[in-house]
Amino acid sequence: MTGFARTVWVITRKDLLVEARTREVLFTTLFFAISCVLVFAFGFVREGRPVSDAAAGILWIAIAFSGTLALGRVFERERHGETLRALLIAPIDRPALYVGKLVGILILLAAVEVVVVPLVALMFQAALFDHALLMVGLLAAGTVGFAAVGTLFAAMLVRARSRDVMLPILLYPITVPVIIAGVRGTAALLQPEGGLPMARAWLAMLVFFDVVFITLALWTFEPVMTE
Amino acid sequence: MDFTNLQFIDVTRTFGRRRALNRVSLAVEAGTITALLGPNGAGKSTLLSIAATLLQPTSGEVRYGDHAASNGGAALRARIGMLGHDLYLYPELSAAENLRFFARVYALPDVEQRVARGLELAGLTDRADDVVAGYSRGMRQRLALERALLHDPRLLLLDEPFTGLDEAARGALRERLRMARAAGTIVVLTTHDIAAIADLSDRSLTLVEGRLAA
Repeated sequence: MTGFARTVWVITRKDLLVEARTREVLFTTLFFAISCVLVFAFGFVREGRPVSDAAAGILWIAIAFSGTLALGRVFERERHGETLRALLIAPIDRPALYVGKLVGILILLAAVEVVVVPLVALMFQAALFDHALLMVGLLAAGTVGFAAVGTLFAAMLVRARSRDVMLPILLYPITVPVIIAGVRGTAALLQPEGGLPMARAWLAMLVFFDVVFITLALWTFEPVMTE
Repeated sequence: MDFTNLQFIDVTRTFGRRRALNRVSLAVEAGTITALLGPNGAGKSTLLSIAATLLQPTSGEVRYGDHAASNGGAALRARIGMLGHDLYLYPELSAAENLRFFARVYALPDVEQRVARGLELAGLTDRADDVVAGYSRGMRQRLALERALLHDPRLLLLDEPFTGLDEAARGALRERLRMARAAGTIVVLTTHDIAAIADLSDRSLTLVEGRLAA
Protein backbone atom coordinates (compact mmCIF):
# COMPACT_ATOMS: atom_id res chain seq x y z
CA MET A 1 0.00 0.00 0.00
CA THR A 2 1.43 3.44 -0.91
CA GLY A 3 1.87 6.16 1.70
CA PHE A 4 -1.10 8.06 0.29
CA ALA A 5 -3.44 5.05 0.30
CA ARG A 6 -2.24 4.01 3.77
CA THR A 7 -2.97 7.48 5.18
CA VAL A 8 -6.42 7.49 3.54
CA TRP A 9 -7.17 4.13 5.13
CA VAL A 10 -5.89 5.19 8.58
CA ILE A 11 -8.04 8.37 8.54
CA THR A 12 -11.14 6.58 7.22
CA ARG A 13 -10.81 3.74 9.69
CA LYS A 14 -10.46 6.16 12.60
CA ASP A 15 -13.54 8.12 11.48
CA LEU A 16 -15.57 4.93 11.15
CA LEU A 17 -14.38 3.70 14.55
CA VAL A 18 -15.41 6.99 16.19
CA GLU A 19 -18.76 6.83 14.39
CA ALA A 20 -19.26 3.20 15.44
CA ARG A 21 -18.78 4.33 19.07
CA THR A 22 -21.12 7.34 18.92
CA ARG A 23 -23.43 6.54 15.97
CA GLU A 24 -24.14 10.25 16.11
CA VAL A 25 -23.86 11.12 12.42
CA LEU A 26 -25.42 7.91 11.11
CA PHE A 27 -28.51 8.08 13.30
CA THR A 28 -29.16 11.81 12.85
CA THR A 29 -28.60 11.63 9.09
CA LEU A 30 -30.76 8.55 8.74
CA PHE A 31 -33.52 10.01 10.91
CA PHE A 32 -33.48 13.23 8.90
CA ALA A 33 -33.55 11.41 5.54
CA ILE A 34 -36.43 9.15 6.59
CA SER A 35 -38.37 12.11 8.01
CA CYS A 36 -37.85 13.99 4.77
CA VAL A 37 -39.22 11.11 2.67
CA LEU A 38 -42.20 10.60 4.99
CA VAL A 39 -43.13 14.30 4.98
CA PHE A 40 -43.04 14.34 1.17
CA ALA A 41 -45.05 11.12 1.10
CA PHE A 42 -47.83 12.80 3.10
CA GLY A 43 -47.83 15.65 0.60
CA PHE A 44 -47.49 13.79 -2.68
CA VAL A 45 -49.30 10.50 -2.13
CA ARG A 46 -53.09 10.86 -2.33
CA GLU A 47 -55.35 7.84 -1.82
CA GLY A 48 -52.38 5.54 -2.28
CA ARG A 49 -51.41 7.10 -5.64
CA PRO A 50 -48.21 9.16 -5.76
CA VAL A 51 -47.80 12.19 -8.00
CA SER A 52 -46.00 10.99 -11.10
CA ASP A 53 -42.24 11.71 -11.36
CA ALA A 54 -42.05 12.88 -7.73
CA ALA A 55 -39.91 9.97 -6.53
CA ALA A 56 -36.68 11.03 -8.27
CA GLY A 57 -36.74 14.55 -6.89
CA ILE A 58 -37.67 13.44 -3.38
CA LEU A 59 -34.94 10.81 -3.32
CA TRP A 60 -32.25 13.34 -4.23
CA ILE A 61 -33.61 16.01 -1.87
CA ALA A 62 -33.44 13.49 0.98
CA ILE A 63 -29.87 12.58 0.03
CA ALA A 64 -28.76 16.20 -0.38
CA PHE A 65 -30.37 17.49 2.83
CA SER A 66 -29.27 14.59 5.03
CA GLY A 67 -25.86 14.63 3.34
CA THR A 68 -25.46 18.29 4.30
CA LEU A 69 -26.14 17.35 7.91
CA ALA A 70 -23.44 14.66 7.78
CA LEU A 71 -20.96 16.92 5.96
CA GLY A 72 -21.31 19.51 8.69
CA ARG A 73 -19.83 16.98 11.10
CA VAL A 74 -16.95 15.78 8.91
CA PHE A 75 -14.36 18.16 10.35
CA GLU A 76 -16.30 19.15 13.45
CA ARG A 77 -14.89 16.23 15.42
CA GLU A 78 -11.37 17.26 14.46
CA ARG A 79 -12.08 20.75 15.79
CA HIS A 80 -13.26 19.81 19.30
CA GLY A 81 -9.95 18.47 20.58
CA GLU A 82 -8.04 20.46 17.93
CA THR A 83 -6.94 17.11 16.51
CA LEU A 84 -6.99 18.78 13.11
CA ARG A 85 -3.86 20.69 14.15
CA ALA A 86 -2.21 17.40 15.13
CA LEU A 87 -3.04 16.00 11.70
CA LEU A 88 -1.76 19.12 9.94
CA ILE A 89 1.58 18.87 11.78
CA ALA A 90 1.87 15.17 10.91
CA PRO A 91 4.08 14.26 7.94
CA ILE A 92 1.21 13.21 5.70
CA ASP A 93 0.03 14.33 2.29
CA ARG A 94 -2.76 16.76 3.14
CA PRO A 95 -4.87 15.64 0.15
CA ALA A 96 -4.79 12.15 1.74
CA LEU A 97 -6.51 13.69 4.77
CA TYR A 98 -9.20 15.06 2.43
CA VAL A 99 -9.66 11.72 0.66
CA GLY A 100 -9.76 9.86 3.98
CA LYS A 101 -12.53 12.16 5.21
CA LEU A 102 -14.36 11.87 1.88
CA VAL A 103 -14.28 8.06 1.91
CA GLY A 104 -15.59 8.03 5.48
CA ILE A 105 -18.54 10.27 4.64
CA LEU A 106 -19.28 8.28 1.47
CA ILE A 107 -19.54 5.07 3.50
CA LEU A 108 -21.96 6.77 5.90
CA LEU A 109 -24.07 8.19 3.08
CA ALA A 110 -24.11 4.79 1.37
CA ALA A 111 -25.51 3.30 4.59
CA VAL A 112 -28.22 5.99 4.60
CA GLU A 113 -29.06 5.33 0.95
CA VAL A 114 -29.43 1.59 1.64
CA VAL A 115 -32.44 2.54 3.80
CA VAL A 116 -33.75 5.60 1.95
CA VAL A 117 -33.84 4.22 -1.60
CA PRO A 118 -36.11 1.23 -0.76
CA LEU A 119 -38.25 3.58 1.36
CA VAL A 120 -38.76 5.95 -1.59
CA ALA A 121 -39.44 2.99 -3.88
CA LEU A 122 -42.05 1.73 -1.44
CA MET A 123 -43.76 5.02 -0.57
CA PHE A 124 -43.88 6.33 -4.15
CA GLN A 125 -44.33 2.98 -5.90
CA ALA A 126 -41.24 3.79 -7.96
CA ALA A 127 -39.46 1.05 -9.91
CA LEU A 128 -36.02 2.11 -8.68
CA PHE A 129 -34.67 -1.44 -8.79
CA ASP A 130 -35.72 -2.40 -12.33
CA HIS A 131 -32.34 -1.23 -13.57
CA ALA A 132 -30.48 -1.72 -10.33
CA LEU A 133 -26.96 -1.41 -11.71
CA LEU A 134 -27.67 1.90 -13.40
CA MET A 135 -29.46 3.16 -10.29
CA VAL A 136 -26.46 2.24 -8.13
CA GLY A 137 -24.22 4.03 -10.64
CA LEU A 138 -26.32 7.20 -10.49
CA LEU A 139 -26.44 7.12 -6.69
CA ALA A 140 -22.71 6.47 -6.36
CA ALA A 141 -21.66 9.12 -8.88
CA GLY A 142 -24.12 11.69 -7.52
CA THR A 143 -23.11 11.07 -3.91
CA VAL A 144 -19.40 11.27 -4.74
CA GLY A 145 -19.86 14.62 -6.52
CA PHE A 146 -21.97 16.08 -3.72
CA ALA A 147 -19.68 14.83 -0.94
CA ALA A 148 -16.48 15.84 -2.77
CA VAL A 149 -17.55 19.49 -2.80
CA GLY A 150 -19.11 19.27 0.66
CA THR A 151 -15.99 17.81 2.27
CA LEU A 152 -13.84 20.60 0.83
CA PHE A 153 -16.25 23.30 2.02
CA ALA A 154 -16.53 21.65 5.45
CA ALA A 155 -12.72 21.87 5.70
CA MET A 156 -12.73 25.50 4.53
CA LEU A 157 -15.34 26.43 7.12
CA VAL A 158 -13.92 24.50 10.06
CA ARG A 159 -12.64 27.70 11.72
CA ALA A 160 -15.61 29.87 10.71
CA ARG A 161 -18.04 30.80 13.44
CA SER A 162 -21.13 30.57 11.21
CA ARG A 163 -20.05 27.34 9.51
CA ASP A 164 -23.43 25.61 10.04
CA VAL A 165 -25.19 28.37 8.10
CA MET A 166 -22.45 28.88 5.54
CA LEU A 167 -22.09 25.23 4.48
CA PRO A 168 -25.45 24.88 2.70
CA ILE A 169 -25.19 28.43 1.31
CA LEU A 170 -21.90 27.56 -0.36
CA LEU A 171 -22.65 23.92 -1.12
CA TYR A 172 -25.99 24.00 -2.90
CA PRO A 173 -25.20 26.50 -5.67
CA ILE A 174 -22.06 24.56 -6.61
CA THR A 175 -23.69 21.14 -6.45
CA VAL A 176 -26.89 22.09 -8.30
CA PRO A 177 -25.58 20.43 -11.50
CA VAL A 178 -24.96 17.20 -9.57
CA ILE A 179 -28.41 17.21 -8.01
CA ILE A 180 -30.10 18.05 -11.34
CA ALA A 181 -28.18 15.27 -13.11
CA GLY A 182 -29.10 12.83 -10.33
CA VAL A 183 -32.78 13.77 -10.47
CA ARG A 184 -33.00 13.71 -14.27
CA GLY A 185 -31.04 10.46 -14.50
CA THR A 186 -33.26 8.78 -11.90
CA ALA A 187 -36.42 10.17 -13.56
CA ALA A 188 -35.22 8.80 -16.91
CA LEU A 189 -34.77 5.37 -15.30
CA LEU A 190 -38.35 5.48 -14.10
CA GLN A 191 -39.74 6.11 -17.59
CA PRO A 192 -41.74 3.10 -18.83
CA GLU A 193 -39.69 2.95 -22.02
CA GLY A 194 -36.87 4.72 -23.81
CA GLY A 195 -35.33 6.24 -20.70
CA LEU A 196 -32.19 4.13 -20.45
CA PRO A 197 -30.02 6.03 -22.98
CA MET A 198 -30.94 9.29 -21.24
CA ALA A 199 -30.12 7.79 -17.82
CA ARG A 200 -26.72 6.69 -19.15
CA ALA A 201 -26.09 10.20 -20.50
CA TRP A 202 -26.87 11.74 -17.09
CA LEU A 203 -24.62 9.15 -15.43
CA ALA A 204 -21.77 10.12 -17.78
CA MET A 205 -22.35 13.75 -16.85
CA LEU A 206 -22.22 12.89 -13.14
CA VAL A 207 -18.92 11.05 -13.63
CA PHE A 208 -17.59 14.14 -15.44
CA PHE A 209 -18.66 16.36 -12.51
CA ASP A 210 -16.99 13.92 -10.08
CA VAL A 211 -13.68 14.09 -11.95
CA VAL A 212 -13.79 17.90 -12.08
CA PHE A 213 -14.81 18.36 -8.44
CA ILE A 214 -12.35 15.84 -6.99
CA THR A 215 -9.48 17.24 -9.07
CA LEU A 216 -10.26 20.78 -7.93
CA ALA A 217 -10.65 19.66 -4.31
CA LEU A 218 -7.31 17.80 -4.27
CA TRP A 219 -5.66 20.82 -5.84
CA THR A 220 -7.08 23.35 -3.40
CA PHE A 221 -7.14 21.37 -0.13
CA GLU A 222 -3.52 22.10 0.84
CA PRO A 223 -3.84 25.92 0.54
CA VAL A 224 -7.28 25.80 2.16
CA MET A 225 -5.82 24.10 5.23
CA THR A 226 -2.84 26.44 5.51
CA GLU A 227 -3.66 29.37 7.78
CA MET B 1 16.21 15.23 8.38
CA ASP B 2 17.59 16.39 11.71
CA PHE B 3 18.52 19.67 13.34
CA THR B 4 20.00 20.71 16.67
CA ASN B 5 18.67 24.24 16.99
CA LEU B 6 15.64 26.36 16.22
CA GLN B 7 16.06 29.98 15.18
CA PHE B 8 13.52 32.75 14.80
CA ILE B 9 15.09 35.53 12.73
CA ASP B 10 13.23 38.84 12.87
CA VAL B 11 9.86 37.09 12.71
CA THR B 12 6.71 39.19 12.43
CA ARG B 13 3.19 37.83 12.17
CA THR B 14 0.12 39.95 11.66
CA PHE B 15 -3.57 39.05 11.68
CA GLY B 16 -5.28 41.79 9.74
CA ARG B 17 -4.16 45.00 11.42
CA ARG B 18 -3.14 43.27 14.65
CA ARG B 19 0.54 42.46 15.03
CA ALA B 20 0.77 39.24 17.08
CA LEU B 21 4.55 38.94 16.81
CA ASN B 22 6.81 41.89 16.19
CA ARG B 23 10.35 41.25 14.93
CA VAL B 24 11.06 38.35 17.27
CA SER B 25 14.54 36.82 17.13
CA LEU B 26 15.60 33.92 19.29
CA ALA B 27 17.59 30.71 19.13
CA VAL B 28 17.09 27.55 21.17
CA GLU B 29 19.38 24.54 21.29
CA ALA B 30 18.86 20.78 21.51
CA GLY B 31 18.72 19.40 25.02
CA THR B 32 17.28 22.56 26.54
CA ILE B 33 13.91 23.63 27.90
CA THR B 34 12.89 27.17 27.02
CA ALA B 35 9.88 28.73 28.74
CA LEU B 36 7.92 31.52 27.07
CA LEU B 37 6.17 33.71 29.60
CA GLY B 38 3.82 36.59 29.11
CA PRO B 39 0.24 37.75 29.53
CA ASN B 40 -2.68 36.53 27.40
CA GLY B 41 -2.45 37.85 23.85
CA ALA B 42 1.31 38.38 24.08
CA GLY B 43 1.90 36.15 21.05
CA LYS B 44 3.11 32.98 22.78
CA SER B 45 0.72 30.59 21.01
CA THR B 46 1.34 32.33 17.68
CA LEU B 47 5.06 31.77 18.13
CA LEU B 48 4.48 28.07 18.85
CA SER B 49 2.17 27.73 15.83
CA ILE B 50 4.83 29.26 13.59
CA ALA B 51 7.47 26.93 15.05
CA ALA B 52 5.11 24.01 14.37
CA THR B 53 4.73 25.15 10.71
CA LEU B 54 0.99 25.63 11.26
CA LEU B 55 1.35 29.36 10.60
CA GLN B 56 3.69 31.18 8.28
CA PRO B 57 5.45 34.36 9.39
CA THR B 58 4.34 37.53 7.66
CA SER B 59 8.01 38.45 7.48
CA GLY B 60 11.26 37.05 8.82
CA GLU B 61 12.45 33.49 8.79
CA VAL B 62 12.34 30.37 10.95
CA ARG B 63 15.24 27.95 10.60
CA TYR B 64 15.51 24.41 11.89
CA GLY B 65 19.27 23.91 11.93
CA ASP B 66 20.28 24.38 8.29
CA HIS B 67 16.74 23.97 6.99
CA ALA B 68 14.17 26.69 6.33
CA ALA B 69 10.54 26.00 7.24
CA SER B 70 9.50 26.69 3.65
CA ASN B 71 11.46 23.74 2.22
CA GLY B 72 11.18 21.34 5.16
CA GLY B 73 7.84 19.82 4.18
CA ALA B 74 6.76 16.47 5.60
CA ALA B 75 10.30 15.50 6.64
CA LEU B 76 10.47 18.56 8.89
CA ARG B 77 6.98 18.01 10.30
CA ALA B 78 8.00 14.43 11.19
CA ARG B 79 10.55 15.91 13.62
CA ILE B 80 8.08 18.22 15.41
CA GLY B 81 5.78 17.26 18.26
CA MET B 82 3.17 19.61 19.62
CA LEU B 83 0.85 19.62 22.58
CA GLY B 84 -1.72 22.39 22.52
CA HIS B 85 -3.94 23.72 25.25
CA ASP B 86 -6.55 21.46 23.67
CA LEU B 87 -4.94 18.07 23.91
CA TYR B 88 -5.20 16.76 20.33
CA LEU B 89 -6.90 13.54 21.47
CA TYR B 90 -10.08 11.82 20.32
CA PRO B 91 -12.27 11.47 23.43
CA GLU B 92 -14.30 8.67 21.80
CA LEU B 93 -11.20 6.47 21.42
CA SER B 94 -9.24 4.68 24.12
CA ALA B 95 -5.71 5.68 25.11
CA ALA B 96 -4.26 2.76 23.13
CA GLU B 97 -6.40 3.60 20.07
CA ASN B 98 -5.34 7.25 20.17
CA LEU B 99 -1.65 6.35 20.32
CA ARG B 100 -2.06 3.63 17.69
CA PHE B 101 -3.84 6.04 15.34
CA PHE B 102 -1.12 8.68 15.57
CA ALA B 103 1.63 6.05 15.28
CA ARG B 104 0.05 4.94 12.01
CA VAL B 105 -0.43 8.50 10.80
CA TYR B 106 3.31 9.00 11.36
CA ALA B 107 3.98 5.64 9.66
CA LEU B 108 6.14 4.58 12.61
CA PRO B 109 7.68 1.11 12.81
CA ASP B 110 6.91 -1.18 15.76
CA VAL B 111 3.56 0.45 16.42
CA GLU B 112 2.48 -1.85 19.23
CA GLN B 113 5.81 -1.52 21.07
CA ARG B 114 5.65 2.26 20.88
CA VAL B 115 2.03 2.28 22.04
CA ALA B 116 2.89 0.02 24.99
CA ARG B 117 5.86 2.25 25.92
CA GLY B 118 3.77 5.40 25.61
CA LEU B 119 1.08 3.94 27.84
CA GLU B 120 3.68 2.87 30.38
CA LEU B 121 5.33 6.30 30.47
CA ALA B 122 1.90 7.91 30.83
CA GLY B 123 1.08 5.50 33.65
CA LEU B 124 -2.00 4.36 31.79
CA THR B 125 -1.21 0.73 31.00
CA ASP B 126 -4.06 -0.52 33.18
CA ARG B 127 -6.50 2.01 31.64
CA ALA B 128 -5.30 1.49 28.06
CA ASP B 129 -8.66 0.33 26.75
CA ASP B 130 -10.81 2.93 28.50
CA VAL B 131 -12.10 5.76 26.34
CA VAL B 132 -10.33 9.07 26.90
CA ALA B 133 -13.63 10.86 27.63
CA GLY B 134 -13.62 9.15 31.03
CA TYR B 135 -10.10 10.29 32.01
CA SER B 136 -9.19 13.04 34.44
CA ARG B 137 -7.42 16.15 33.12
CA GLY B 138 -4.10 14.86 34.45
CA MET B 139 -4.48 11.48 32.74
CA ARG B 140 -5.40 13.16 29.46
CA GLN B 141 -2.43 15.49 29.76
CA ARG B 142 -0.02 12.60 30.33
CA LEU B 143 -1.48 10.71 27.38
CA ALA B 144 -1.38 13.81 25.18
CA LEU B 145 2.29 14.34 26.03
CA GLU B 146 3.11 10.75 25.07
CA ARG B 147 1.12 11.30 21.86
CA ALA B 148 3.29 14.29 21.08
CA LEU B 149 6.48 12.34 21.89
CA LEU B 150 5.45 9.10 20.16
CA HIS B 151 7.60 9.76 17.10
CA ASP B 152 10.65 10.95 19.09
CA PRO B 153 10.48 14.54 17.82
CA ARG B 154 13.55 16.76 17.84
CA LEU B 155 11.38 19.79 18.62
CA LEU B 156 8.64 19.58 21.27
CA LEU B 157 6.24 22.51 21.56
CA LEU B 158 3.91 22.72 24.56
CA ASP B 159 1.19 25.33 24.97
CA GLU B 160 0.28 25.87 28.64
CA PRO B 161 1.01 22.25 29.62
CA PHE B 162 0.58 22.82 33.38
CA THR B 163 -2.95 24.25 33.18
CA GLY B 164 -5.50 22.39 35.28
CA LEU B 165 -3.04 19.87 36.75
CA ASP B 166 -2.72 19.00 40.42
CA GLU B 167 0.69 18.92 42.10
CA ALA B 168 1.27 15.21 41.45
CA ALA B 169 0.44 15.58 37.75
CA ARG B 170 2.67 18.65 37.47
CA GLY B 171 5.52 16.71 39.06
CA ALA B 172 5.03 13.83 36.60
CA LEU B 173 4.95 16.27 33.66
CA ARG B 174 8.13 18.01 34.83
CA GLU B 175 9.86 14.62 35.15
CA ARG B 176 8.81 13.61 31.64
CA LEU B 177 10.08 16.91 30.22
CA ARG B 178 13.43 16.34 31.94
CA MET B 179 13.58 12.95 30.21
CA ALA B 180 12.87 14.60 26.86
CA ARG B 181 15.58 17.18 27.49
CA ALA B 182 18.06 14.43 28.42
CA ALA B 183 17.21 12.71 25.12
CA GLY B 184 18.32 15.86 23.24
CA THR B 185 14.89 17.26 22.45
CA ILE B 186 14.46 21.01 21.97
CA VAL B 187 11.59 21.80 24.34
CA VAL B 188 9.75 25.11 24.05
CA LEU B 189 6.77 25.67 26.32
CA THR B 190 4.47 28.54 27.14
CA THR B 191 3.14 29.09 30.62
CA HIS B 192 1.75 31.63 33.06
CA ASP B 193 2.90 29.46 35.91
CA ILE B 194 6.41 30.58 36.83
CA ALA B 195 6.52 28.26 39.87
CA ALA B 196 5.93 25.21 37.67
CA ILE B 197 9.01 25.86 35.57
CA ALA B 198 11.27 27.41 38.22
CA ASP B 199 13.50 24.37 38.61
CA LEU B 200 12.85 23.03 35.11
CA SER B 201 13.57 25.53 32.36
CA ASP B 202 17.08 26.38 31.21
CA ARG B 203 15.92 29.72 29.94
CA SER B 204 12.85 31.90 30.33
CA LEU B 205 11.79 34.52 27.83
CA THR B 206 8.97 37.00 28.25
CA LEU B 207 6.78 38.13 25.39
CA VAL B 208 4.89 41.39 25.76
CA GLU B 209 2.62 42.63 22.97
CA GLY B 210 4.43 40.47 20.43
CA ARG B 211 7.94 41.55 21.39
CA LEU B 212 10.55 39.75 23.43
CA ALA B 213 11.13 41.74 26.59
CA ALA B 214 14.74 42.43 27.51
